[in-house]
Amino acid sequence: MPGLTIDLNIYADEEALIEALKRGEKYACACMIKHHGSQMYAVALRIVGDADEAEEVVQEAFISACSKMDSFEGRSKLSTWLYRITTNAALMRLRKRREDTVSLDEPQVMDEGDLLPRQLGDWSVEPGQQALSSELRQVMEQAVQELPPSLRAAFVLRNVQGLSTQEAAEALDITETALKVRLHRARLQLRERLADYLVEQREEVTA
Amino acid sequence: MSEHSHKHGECRELLKDLSDYVDGDLDETLCLEIEQHMAECDNCRVVVDTLRRTVDLYHTLPPEPMPGEVEARLLRRLELSEYLIVQ
Repeated sequence: MPGLTIDLNIYADEEALIEALKRGEKYACACMIKHHGSQMYAVALRIVGDADEAEEVVQEAFISACSKMDSFEGRSKLSTWLYRITTNAALMRLRKRREDTVSLDEPQVMDEGDLLPRQLGDWSVEPGQQALSSELRQVMEQAVQELPPSLRAAFVLRNVQGLSTQEAAEALDITETALKVRLHRARLQLRERLADYLVEQREEVTA
Repeated sequence: MSEHSHKHGECRELLKDLSDYVDGDLDETLCLEIEQHMAECDNCRVVVDTLRRTVDLYHTLPPEPMPGEVEARLLRRLELSEYLIVQ
């Protein structure tokens, strides 16, 4: 298995790493990949939903980041800036895919009526819920793919990658209020999808 | 939300604040309002509990590390192969 021979301690802190990146040091670029590569790959994969495309997105993102360090003004953390570049590249990829194929399955923008909870079975406490089964995990991943892209990106950044509301809003270049609206819509839609599966599972067990 | 013993509109009105409530981002007055409502409205209590569980479940998803081969191709693309070793 290939790996990176990088000593992450060579730069005292993020500021030192950023200075080295701005000087165009190749070692700093490799260091940035070692530090943030997996996070960016994870976010790309969950937005585009395809491993090959996620790889292309990450390549585009790091090429852009390494060549445009001068445009990094240091107003956000380096990781937030990278998330922004990666998320933009991933969303662009989805836009291009939409232009290439006219899909009847394209998720539609929800209206207010769609937000009203439909599934009211209580699956918040399920026996045996400690472990995330592979089937449930698959349902969860599929449910994320069914979200409209803008909601998907907001949810992945905030609730899967664990960015703060402020960081996720910065990464998407939207206000925190707009981020929260997207997040809420995404969560309600995901709740419905998980409920469809988990309530059915519970009925099968008790039948 | 259906089969309510109180006004349907109250559930709709509170729905938009439930994510903030789950995140602990809501002011005390609105929190109290939601809690009082949930004490009487089983459907809204279920929605809050399952919304919170949804967030918790996604939080437990394991990370997706970048596969070694993908990292290697990324380094080659950026002409950084000199930092790559075969372990």
